[in-house]
Amino acid sequence: MGERLLMKGNEAIGEAAILAGCRAYFCYPITPQTEVAEYLARRMPEVGGVFLQGESEVAVGYMLFGAAAGGSKVFTTSSSPGVSLLAEAMSYLAAAELPVVIGNVMRNGPGLGGILPAQADYFQATKGGGHGDYRCLVLAPASVQEAVDMMLLAFAKAEEYRVPVLLLADGMIGQMMEPVEFPVFAEPPSRYTSGHEEWATTGARGRGQHLVKTLFLNPDAAWAHNLKLKAKYDRIEANEVRYEAVDTQGEMDVLIVSFGTMARVCRTAMETLQDKGLKVGMIRPISLYPFPAQAIREAASRSRLVVSVELSMGQMVEDVDRAVQGKAPVRWYGKAGGLVPVPDDVSAAILGMVEG
Amino acid sequence: MALTVFKKPEAMSKNITHYCPGCTHGVIHRLVAEALDELGLRERTVGIAPVGCAVLAYNYFTVDFQEAAHGRAPAMATGLKRTRPDLIVFTYQGDGDLASIGTAEIIHAANRGEKITVIFVNNAIYGMTGGQLAPTTMPGQVTTTSPQGRNVAEMGYPLRVADMLATLRTPAYIARTAVHTPQMVVQAKQCIKRAFDYQARGVCFSLVEVLSTCPTNWGIAPVESTAWLEQNMAPYFPIREYKRPEEA
Repeated sequence: MGERLLMKGNEAIGEAAILAGCRAYFCYPITPQTEVAEYLARRMPEVGGVFLQGESEVAVGYMLFGAAAGGSKVFTTSSSPGVSLLAEAMSYLAAAELPVVIGNVMRNGPGLGGILPAQADYFQATKGGGHGDYRCLVLAPASVQEAVDMMLLAFAKAEEYRVPVLLLADGMIGQMMEPVEFPVFAEPPSRYTSGHEEWATTGARGRGQHLVKTLFLNPDAAWAHNLKLKAKYDRIEANEVRYEAVDTQGEMDVLIVSFGTMARVCRTAMETLQDKGLKVGMIRPISLYPFPAQAIREAASRSRLVVSVELSMGQMVEDVDRAVQGKAPVRWYGKAGGLVPVPDDVSAAILGMVEG
Repeated sequence: MALTVFKKPEAMSKNITHYCPGCTHGVIHRLVAEALDELGLRERTVGIAPVGCAVLAYNYFTVDFQEAAHGRAPAMATGLKRTRPDLIVFTYQGDGDLASIGTAEIIHAANRGEKITVIFVNNAIYGMTGGQLAPTTMPGQVTTTSPQGRNVAEMGYPLRVADMLATLRTPAYIARTAVHTPQMVVQAKQCIKRAFDYQARGVCFSLVEVLSTCPTNWGIAPVESTAWLEQNMAPYFPIREYKRPEEA
């Protein structure tokens, strides 16, 4: 590892993209992710990369497409309303099997909402956002260090599966400063996607045409393409589930399921509840798609209650409920609108559920 | 000794096009292919196909292709050209694609001076969806979504794309041409070749608007369509070079 630095999350995310070999970043300003753009506006030229501010997130999504289909590693960041505009391209990127990394530093909604942290884009991130049957690998960091590590993982997995990977960070991760260490590579990663020579549009010199497309007018061909994508998503579900389990051994009174910044608040709330004699464990999904359903189900079978704690009005709770399959009652606690519950809010709410 | 006087350009495939009888897309495809051949650019060219009648354009060329979402071809061309500056990148777009849903993308690609070439085919109607009102539909022209004819009081006047983009300082080459007569085909070829040549020499953004016919959706025979273009479109959409790099 390199030296230990104190960095803002958004800037660390930008530096991590460069470390991953990315030399092409397209963006549109939106709070609270703009520091990624400002950081890379300075850094990309220093490393011979492309920085371009597009006319809209709609256009940025297709700048990603054009560059990725040319074999380059590409990255953008945005925040909730901007990600809604990117969602059109995400469907096309997934359909065309292009490896790209997209960061969503979530603010509160719906509509313009506000610029404070939220996790209310959970449905959009994990269930689609764009049209058609497609999935993005969704990774949710709970610290600046984890965001950096996840960026490297995101580029690797985007290439491995040729899928869009979504870094789903809440505004708190983007805006706070934390100590962070960047790994040091003996050999810097390539700016191009591995194996792109087989499919990328780089000019038909001495070979047949390469074509990157998403139109399949023949229903049999469209069906075959959907099956191919499904097989890939099945592999992702089998191999890419990531989560952290805390104090989930043995019988529990309460199993908390929480991700990102909210999970860190829950860690402190757990101590308060444990001091009161309750046996409390937590599963923190790190990958939101694929969702750690099996781990949650197994832990839930040893708990009297399961609580999904989120910075939303209750979105992940639907996946938790589906995972638990009736093995324990499932409840939701959370706040939205940019309010972040403090540990005492969480412990009081859970205590109320246990006693109620 | 046999002398070859006519052959298929290397940049064109052997596939038979799906275009309707009398449609001029095929002619414009061939002009693009001839230009790429003559400039020796085929092996480093990537085309971006639109949504519209030319969505399957990649079937008729032997160059690499990407297929865009509706209107987004200039953004895709931007992403590709910025990351692969050695490539020759062109978009091929119709009037619904470029002049309606893709206005933001074309204006900003032009204004940033992206080193790409845009072939803009203007036939005053939506073709693939079956003849709806386009931003370029002529006043009074009947379409399926303007059954009483284009009423300019409600729908405005046809959008002159070449004229509009020529007001921008950045773009290098903006021209409007047509392919409804043999003479115009020759002129269109010159414009298209010029646009690709400028790109090959590193000059910024070039766009060639080509007035085109759509007998099927205009509801008139191919020969009458060329006359209709001459009488109705040509006076409103001036055929000229608006901007050359020397003036930029």
